[in-house]
Amino acid sequence: MIDKAVASAEAAVAEIQDGASVMIGGFGTAGMPDQLIDALIARGVGDLTIINNNAGNGEAGVAALIREGRVKKIICSFPRQSDSHHFDAAYRAGKIELELVAQGNLAARIQAAGAGLGAIFTPTGYGTLLAEGKETREINGVHHVLEYPIHANFALIKAHKGDRWGNLVYRKTARNFGPIMAMAARTTIAQVGEIVELGALDPEVVVTPGIFVQRVVQIASATNHALAA
Amino acid sequence: MNRMTRDQMAARVARDIPEGAYVNLGIGLPTKVANYLPQEREIFLQSENGLLGMGPAPAAGEEDWELINAGKQAVTLLTGGCFFHHADSFAMMRGGHLDICVLGAFQVAVNGDLANWHTGEPGAIPAVGGAMDLAIGAKKTFVMMDLLTKQGESKLVDACTYPLTGLACVSRVYTDLGVFDVGPQGAQVLEIVEGLTLDELRRLTGVKLEMAAQSQAA
Repeated sequence: MIDKAVASAEAAVAEIQDGASVMIGGFGTAGMPDQLIDALIARGVGDLTIINNNAGNGEAGVAALIREGRVKKIICSFPRQSDSHHFDAAYRAGKIELELVAQGNLAARIQAAGAGLGAIFTPTGYGTLLAEGKETREINGVHHVLEYPIHANFALIKAHKGDRWGNLVYRKTARNFGPIMAMAARTTIAQVGEIVELGALDPEVVVTPGIFVQRVVQIASATNHALAA
Repeated sequence: MNRMTRDQMAARVARDIPEGAYVNLGIGLPTKVANYLPQEREIFLQSENGLLGMGPAPAAGEEDWELINAGKQAVTLLTGGCFFHHADSFAMMRGGHLDICVLGAFQVAVNGDLANWHTGEPGAIPAVGGAMDLAIGAKKTFVMMDLLTKQGESKLVDACTYPLTGLACVSRVYTDLGVFDVGPQGAQVLEIVEGLTLDELRRLTGVKLEMAAQSQAA
């Protein structure tokens, strides 16, 4: 019997080693898999390359990972925010490398990795600092920039419900990067509010098919509690 | 000098958004436009983090932090609205499906070049978000900004000095002192705030300005 469910966040992240590349879902705090990140911090690994839209908000999640000095490089679109103080401090101290990517190009590069494409030509960023030194091509009268896929060893994502085959549904705008990161990473670990019986998820509304997910761990987060109330 | 307030500017932008338009309102000042969209028009607001049919902020205490906008504020979903992932969200822009986006700006050039993501100052931490995708992706890119900086420098310029967000992507600029079309023909004045003349506007901006064929005094 195939059962991708694991008992704890600790067990879910146990294979992540020093130097790994890790995609982390979430836009701000919506969809951020906080408990998986906490388990990753507790595991003690470092030199990580993190792919996330932001570079941490407040104290939890990606911000905590940066605060603890575990991140060598971050690939993101919007690091600087009112509550990104841990990233700001690490960046100004030269302790973290930043690869800034336009948000749509970030999504497209992640999607390209998941879809097995060698590269993409995108019009976004043409003629800007973010395209400096990159190959360009005019296609049907529009200038494009060559961008390469972003692969990762692991993806840590948060979904609303999952089953033992790894099928996932999400909740509201917490979906954001989950579906495309699940496709792009070699090993995708999903924390879900509830693991349901096989067949309980309507096959017409499954957002991430289980083929893209390797581990599922049930974690009743605050948002899921609020939802149940 | 007579100036439009931010709310008056938002109301002015809202007048130009037609029934049935798919619209993205950028973070900051453009968000105010939503308050002035006439209720009798059905307009679809898109938020780049993954929703279409965005509604107003919820009542205090009713916030759901998994239902937020691009500015990470709690919002609501209108009946008929839906959610989608980030690649689909940006396909809506890049793929030319979004009719209008309204963005803030540091500078707009008379040819439509936009600078709104980075001051380029030493030590500034750059952050781009969806600005570059929105600027070049929507069918029409509107900018909403004060015409002058606090120091009195024009933000409508011959050529941007700040790092560019997109080339020749802006079509219209709504400011506190007037409304302008920009593009291959240069800057054309559509409206001037009451009490200001075209010559004064030319002096304040320092750029070549002509009245548009269908212009009007505000």
